[in-house]
Amino acid sequence: MGNKILVLLEQRNGQIKKPSLEAAKSAFDLSAKLSCEFETAVIGNEIDNLESIGNYGVTKVKHFKNSELLNYSPSAYSKILSKYAKETGASIIIVSNTSLGKDLAPRLAAVLDAGLAMDCISLEVTNNEIVATRPIYAGKVLLDVKLNSSVKIFTLRPNVFSAAKLNDAKAEVSVVNVDNPDLSTKVVEIKKSEGKIDVAQAEIIVAGGRGMKSREHFQLIDELSQLLGAASGASRAVVDAGWRPHSEQVGQTGKTVSPTLYIALGISGAIQHLAGMRSSKFIVAVNKDKDAPIFQISDYGIVGDVFEIVPVMIEEIKKIKS
Amino acid sequence: MKIAVCVSHVPDTAAKINIKDDGKGIDKTGVTYVVNPYDEFAIEEALKTKEKFGGDTVAISLGGEANKETLRKALAMGIDNAVLLKDDSQRDSLSVAKALADEIKSQNFELVFFGKQSVDFDNSVTGQLTAELLGYNCISVVVDFKLEGNKIIAEREIEGGKEVVETILPAVITTQKGLNEPRYASLKGIMAAKKKVIEEKPASSANNFVEVVTMKRPAPKQAGKIIGTDASAVPELIRLLHEEAKVI
Repeated sequence: MGNKILVLLEQRNGQIKKPSLEAAKSAFDLSAKLSCEFETAVIGNEIDNLESIGNYGVTKVKHFKNSELLNYSPSAYSKILSKYAKETGASIIIVSNTSLGKDLAPRLAAVLDAGLAMDCISLEVTNNEIVATRPIYAGKVLLDVKLNSSVKIFTLRPNVFSAAKLNDAKAEVSVVNVDNPDLSTKVVEIKKSEGKIDVAQAEIIVAGGRGMKSREHFQLIDELSQLLGAASGASRAVVDAGWRPHSEQVGQTGKTVSPTLYIALGISGAIQHLAGMRSSKFIVAVNKDKDAPIFQISDYGIVGDVFEIVPVMIEEIKKIKS
Repeated sequence: MKIAVCVSHVPDTAAKINIKDDGKGIDKTGVTYVVNPYDEFAIEEALKTKEKFGGDTVAISLGGEANKETLRKALAMGIDNAVLLKDDSQRDSLSVAKALADEIKSQNFELVFFGKQSVDFDNSVTGQLTAELLGYNCISVVVDFKLEGNKIIAEREIEGGKEVVETILPAVITTQKGLNEPRYASLKGIMAAKKKVIEEKPASSANNFVEVVTMKRPAPKQAGKIIGTDASAVPELIRLLHEEAKVI
């Protein structure tokens, strides 16, 4: 039997999230390699400009609509999408490895008795089979897996797969009104961290370690990250000391990140920290210890005092931004 | 209330991980194993819930003889009983969840805590899989947990904030750092844990869908250039980032 791919798009506040564009584009590429069809589905209320997902190779998108589904509901999403996957006979399901995708994918796997490969950084096709690569041990090891189940679910790490626009085509949207969604588990409120960019989604991260010496000195980190439109990150030592919240922690017991630019300030580079950020595309380190392990994986480094160097970095960046 | 906490036994995060010659698994020689860090928050929340509402707590782990160390740690922290679902084979997450779900169902636990992910295979799925197999409600990646009667109000971490989620028992909660401060085992707790009998039973069998093709090391990153040793190197650094790397 032939394959059929189903991509689940994610919306927040009626906007399609960037990782969903990456998922759509990957499914498009995969459908060409496997010579099979692919469909997309999204759950929400009003969704802005949904047909523009066609720019990423999508021809058809199913919009499951209900005003109560503005926010995520694990129970409703799981019921609606597992039912739809069965109806369409999807054999491959692609989801982004976001907080929503990580919560949802295993629920679908349990209902559909599907094999799961989470947080994939590559999907290769050999002999008409998908081999997925996923980092394990927070990136210390790369694992290649095949799924031997009739339905296979892959979640894609954000910021790794390309979301390059193919053309200006529009997708055909069909709206399905959902009656009485199962809201036995539902989001009743979203509390935003004011004006902060999340490390897991950021293109640039400015992270501080124990070398920053105190909670107050993180103002420097925040100033630099604001200037760059970056997220502020922290090492485990800093979070354990209570200087910064755990949501900013990068590393094995924090977040695994792959931004375009990672600036490590006063971070020596414990093995569990390096594991969480080594796949960053470009790494800059400032540390006073020339033997700090962080320099082993940095593209550029300055050996010196962060308190002398960071203020000059801020000045220099202001110059190029003006 | 009957409360379960599912725990896994994993390599310490400070451990260097070596791959076996056949590329199908990791070499356990010389690797220190510990309670999965996220499971400590699950154990703590189970204990706090019991202290508040009464009931029984049971720690469940699936794996080999070595997992008893982790179960003893849970007992030492104050968990009442421990069950080892014995299986020395390598299982995928769904296969683990099926065996856990069978055990949880047979004991009718109303509330089950898991760490949000194991720091070995990093799937972060076992709690949600188990919940769905049991038909229990589930909230994952929880940083704040309240139980009022049979109603749960929890906060889960999402990109750039938190979602406040409501549901009812029976339920599975997966725990994230920040939820609580796990207690240290007291000497008395450690002594008592040594005397407790860990119940052993075979894990119910289930198919593995995930086939390991190979494990490899990430390509080593070339150490880059040290541009300088004081603030005078900064203009050159910024120029390189702006003009060469084009990342700012």
